[in-house]
Amino acid sequence: MAEFLSYFRQDRLPHIWCPGCGNGTVTGALVRAIDKLGLDKNNIVVVSGIGCSSRAVGYLDFDTLHTTHGRAIAFATGVKLARPRLKVIVITGDGDSAAIGGNHFIHAARRNIDITTIIINNNIYGMTSGQASPMTPHGMLGTTAPYGNVEYNFDLCELAKAAGATYVARATTYHYVLLEDLIAKAIMHKGFSVVEALSQCPTYFGRKNKIGGAVDTLNWIKDQTINVKAAAALPPEKREGKILIGELHSIEKAEFTQQYLEVIAKVQRANPSYARNKGVPGCELNSD
Amino acid sequence: MVEKVRLMQGNEACTMAAIAAGLEFYAGYPITPSTEIAEMCSEELPKVGGKFIQMEDEIGSISACIGASLTGAKAMTATSGPGFSLMQEAIGYASLCEIPLVIIDVQRVGPSTGMPTSPAQGDVMQARWGTHGDHPIIALAPGNVKECYELTFRAFELSEKYRVPVIVLTDEVIGHMREKVVLPDPGSYKIPMRAMPQNPAGYKPYAADPNGGVPLMAPFGMGYRWHCTGLFHDENGAPSSKPAVASVLMRRLNLKVENRADDLADYFAEGLEDCDLAVVSFGSSAMAALSAVRRARSEGYKVGMFRPKTIWPFPTATVRRLLAPAKRILVPEMNLGQLALEIERAAGCERPVIRLGKVNGELFHPDEVFAAIKEAL
Ligand SMILES: Cc1ncc(C[n+]2csc(CCOP(=O)(O)OP(=O)(O)O)c2C)c(N)n1
Ligand code: SF4
Ligand SMILES: [Mg+2]
Repeated sequence: MAEFLSYFRQDRLPHIWCPGCGNGTVTGALVRAIDKLGLDKNNIVVVSGIGCSSRAVGYLDFDTLHTTHGRAIAFATGVKLARPRLKVIVITGDGDSAAIGGNHFIHAARRNIDITTIIINNNIYGMTSGQASPMTPHGMLGTTAPYGNVEYNFDLCELAKAAGATYVARATTYHYVLLEDLIAKAIMHKGFSVVEALSQCPTYFGRKNKIGGAVDTLNWIKDQTINVKAAAALPPEKREGKILIGELHSIEKAEFTQQYLEVIAKVQRANPSYARNKGVPGCELNSD
Repeated sequence: MVEKVRLMQGNEACTMAAIAAGLEFYAGYPITPSTEIAEMCSEELPKVGGKFIQMEDEIGSISACIGASLTGAKAMTATSGPGFSLMQEAIGYASLCEIPLVIIDVQRVGPSTGMPTSPAQGDVMQARWGTHGDHPIIALAPGNVKECYELTFRAFELSEKYRVPVIVLTDEVIGHMREKVVLPDPGSYKIPMRAMPQNPAGYKPYAADPNGGVPLMAPFGMGYRWHCTGLFHDENGAPSSKPAVASVLMRRLNLKVENRADDLADYFAEGLEDCDLAVVSFGSSAMAALSAVRRARSEGYKVGMFRPKTIWPFPTATVRRLLAPAKRILVPEMNLGQLALEIERAAGCERPVIRLGKVNGELFHPDEVFAAIKEAL
């Protein structure tokens, strides 16, 4: 425990989250994954958008960037392309990534830029007190879906995969060991990686839908999931309606910033007059 | 000195100046009449080891620029009306978080899609007040291609020095017009550099240094491990909703630019000392205005010209002083009176301010301004 505390800005605690919220579990899994990988704290930038989930970065002892609603991945794209040597991790909510930020999400996947995106999906807009999100299941309640949600939710992992993400995985705050393991793999993957963490918002989602408190909401999530490996051995009718967890997609594909660096090298070889410009003037401190 | 003389477009001059100033990162989304800037950056930046990315929209573009700037890279984006509108939320973020950034807005006729290939100057107020909340901003308005070069370079100097987004307000005519520009020898000028802290220990990202309220900015990835947030924050960068913290932050933030308004004032003035009528105009409108003013002078009318190159912060004291002799003020601009509002505020108590607005996508003709001058006298 004590060694993990060193990854937190302890002077910024206590956090703002409700008792029983899943955000802390996911943040803890991220920190343990980073610790397990033995990464240098000074080479990690964690970026988030706006939402309860996005507040996680404020407590983490890295360079952290708490941006505007939906734009975390776009900010992260600038960080990563400017300094490809940095590990760039995004923490985002289901509203942040799938509603207002949906466009940045699919385009980052399409580029296969080396950013790890952890989506804390609690099926609701937590921060603004329980409105329906693009991840609120059909028929369920939110403060803006008082008669049951008429819309359908995304399968975020399928969406990420179809858009071009090269590593896609899902776990839950119940399966936190799996979550930690998948986050570690995602961070080490070269390319756009997505880990969807199904998480509980007992305060709004659980209560509004009369699921119960934190533990009930956690169990409600757990009961819907099935490990992808176990599912492979089951007949289709047993998999019906279940949400797959585990590693769902992992392929090798040339990564965006590396390809851009190759372009620079090629252009500079073809334009020897520029060769004396080792990087851009004024940026010696931080060029790579 | 190996100065090079080249014939170039305003958009090209902006790009060349940015690269001369050490531009390292460009993110943008194509939009007429700014697109040449993106195209040139995509070609030129890799040559100097810089990065270009075409983002999925203008919100993504400016967001990526802010991310890059946080790592220490000089960053720029360029756009026009609709794209400039999309960038407003992030401009507020950059203003609050004190992120150096240059935005070229090649103005076109609006609102909405308007007339994409025609010039306008309708973004004067959007440049100042487009994002919500009181915030510092600097906007510079070149009046010709040479000034596109000079003021874009200056935009980098100011944005790096004061940690504030700087907007370069050009327009379709200046962006596409070709003129000769003397390019300075790369060794002959000082590249703008951001002041950086020396030691991560005890670093306070928003501690105002004693010299005028601009904190030192540590690049990400250098061991400072600081928190950048669009929530109001204290000196340590910790989010805070305490009224006392908010008030200290907001005053420092706004005053760091507003207190320097008259030092930042850059302008062209001619014949104001003894004028009966002052003509105030900027950007491409000022080309026609100046030739009308000179013609009026040559015909014996006491007419002077004031052309602000710094639009924001508005140089109130400078304007009040320089326009003091004028009995009347005429303001030709390609909008329905945006700069005129500021002129009225600064110098309008004692004399009438006559608006000469044009929003049909056509440039002013000198004869048109000349006729207005005669009528005003
Ligand atoms: C441009 C903009 N629109 C709306 C909001 C209000 N807002 C803040 S957080 C949020 C929803 C967040 O939901 P989600 O991403 O699921 O995060 P959670 O709070 O559930 O973790 C909204 C709509 C905002 N801050 N900015
Ligand atoms: S509102 Fe929901 S998501 Fe937000 S902190 Fe509370 S439990 Fe967590
Ligand atoms: Mg949510």
